[in-house]
Amino acid sequence: MSDGRWSLQKIAGDIPDQNMPLVQVSGLRKLYPLTTGLFQTSRSYIHAVDDINFTIPHGESLGLVGESGSGKTTTGKLLVRLIDPTEGQIHIYTSGGDTEIAHLRGRELKRFRRHVQMIFQDPYESLNPRRTIFDTVAEPLVVQGIGDLAERERRVAELLVWVGLIPPETFMFRYPHELSGGQRQRVAIARALVVNPTFVVADEPTSMLDVSIRTGIMHLMQELAERLGVTYLYITHDLAVARYMSDRLAVMYLGKIVEMGDTEDVLAKPLHPYTRALLSAVPIPDPAYKRGVPDIKGSIAQPINPLPRCRFYDRCPIAAKICADNDHPPLLDKGGGHQAACYLV
Amino acid sequence: MDDYVLRVDDLTMHYTTRAGDVWAVDNVSFALKKGQAMGLVGESGCGKTSIATSLLRLLPDNAEIKGGHIYLNSTDLVALEEEEMRKIRWRRISMVFQAAMNALNPVYKVGDQIIEAMENHGLVTTNETARNDVADLFRLVGLDPKLMEQYPHEYSGGMRQRAVIAMALSCNPDLIIADEPTTALDVIVQDNLLREMMELQHKLHMSMIYISHDIAVIAEVSDRIGVMYAGRLVELASAVEVFHHPLHPYTAGLMSAFPSIIGPKRALKTLPGEPPDLLHPPRGCRFHPRCPYATDICKQEVPVLKDLGRDHYVACYHPMEAN
Repeated sequence: MSDGRWSLQKIAGDIPDQNMPLVQVSGLRKLYPLTTGLFQTSRSYIHAVDDINFTIPHGESLGLVGESGSGKTTTGKLLVRLIDPTEGQIHIYTSGGDTEIAHLRGRELKRFRRHVQMIFQDPYESLNPRRTIFDTVAEPLVVQGIGDLAERERRVAELLVWVGLIPPETFMFRYPHELSGGQRQRVAIARALVVNPTFVVADEPTSMLDVSIRTGIMHLMQELAERLGVTYLYITHDLAVARYMSDRLAVMYLGKIVEMGDTEDVLAKPLHPYTRALLSAVPIPDPAYKRGVPDIKGSIAQPINPLPRCRFYDRCPIAAKICADNDHPPLLDKGGGHQAACYLV
Repeated sequence: MDDYVLRVDDLTMHYTTRAGDVWAVDNVSFALKKGQAMGLVGESGCGKTSIATSLLRLLPDNAEIKGGHIYLNSTDLVALEEEEMRKIRWRRISMVFQAAMNALNPVYKVGDQIIEAMENHGLVTTNETARNDVADLFRLVGLDPKLMEQYPHEYSGGMRQRAVIAMALSCNPDLIIADEPTTALDVIVQDNLLREMMELQHKLHMSMIYISHDIAVIAEVSDRIGVMYAGRLVELASAVEVFHHPLHPYTAGLMSAFPSIIGPKRALKTLPGEPPDLLHPPRGCRFHPRCPYATDICKQEVPVLKDLGRDHYVACYHPMEAN
């Protein structure tokens, strides 16, 4: 019934092995050379992502939080291979088996994209204004050679219903400018999910949306994750949003993961001095609540050729000699799976 | 009445577009006491920034104040000629803009720009005293006075926002409007800057209007809060009243849709629908198509802002405590 390489029935039937982790990242690094001029070799590098290691089990969405420049977006782009890593390995276990994607090229890379998709921050920029909603949502199917036109139409209509753009036939042939910000983000979600991926990187998908619209998108993403067996890497600067969108939380600072654990654990009992400062800076929607002052020095720097010591050393309120004399501390389990990269906790 | 710095009465402002008139600000009234900080909160397009630009009379060409009065102390700003308004702007009412980079001229040293603002209002006697005044302002907002000699691009985001605050303070105005002053900043920088602004406000007994879409920021900085929806002020009360006893269903919806990192993790509620298109706002209460309590009267008549006691104003036929 289909001359495509995979039928839609096949897509819907993909159930990966639940006993394997979904994503396993080891020693991942991304360095950007600072240009020093034509024909010169660069000696300075921005260490955007610097030797990070983590595992995402199936069905346990990971929230990735940190300030601008912490490397969270770079990490997201590496995991979908929008950019190439400098070093390290990324294993993704899907229905297609274990794939090490850090060095995939060409057709293999394209095929891998059926399993891993991305949702971007700005629904005004991420949709092509000249393409209809149908063209936009169907594009991953076309690229992957899935289904014929009739099947694609059926699949797109199905997705539009799932994301709440109902009835789908009134949306299919409209253009992005005819939709509100919330509706556009629903289109972006439909596009990401149309090939039935197992892993989706969502980079600040609700930060451009107003509160009354945002909650709807958050609920939708959670509902679809459960229904379709999708696991998210949810990137955000907003810790309150991360609380609702992730089972586990990783905190990044200057290219390093400094703390990782169950979301509620990290928020209630932060271990790393940076996480503690970050959490105490978050405004609380209650005028009667008085926050403490964040205990942190100075301001964020750029990770250009960082010294071989704790990245947080200069700003840390409890820094000691051991933190300066040794390289950046490893991320270690401090009890109950709650990890921190600090010599002093 | 004398202790009110600002009184806005029935302010109405429209934008004229090719598609028709946009009712951006519709019959908005509120007052602000000296030394008070008021927060205006609402979503994109609710008219909160339009109120700020109306107060400063910095409206684009296609915008027009259609009615109402803006009394700054006892002067009605709506009635002023542009020439007179220019003397008041910055001198008696100033603004901290959202995009600090755009508020500073990239080709002049930051210190010189502030001196120029003071000069325009006849506040400069000699260059030396002016430099000393600006150095004091820099110290006040937590900037090293040496930075006066640098250009805006040499500043970080947080430093630029501080420079813009120094500029807003430079003519010792009666009222400062801060429109999303920390929106583009990271939380630690935001925290630092908001603390600084609140400290200054108390120290100098300043009157402030904070404008933000972020209800957590508004909760922390405001004594009083006004909630805007689709061009209208729907609720106005003390910060604690608005957060602990919201009366308008929209305010209540906003509160229960907003996540927090503290306290028990409660389920977030979704408000159905989207804010209306202000080219064709719904009749009656503009929130009625999204309101779970709407009845026939809400579809026909515009509810007026009324005091329901405890100095708590709400524009609703079915305020929450009755529901």
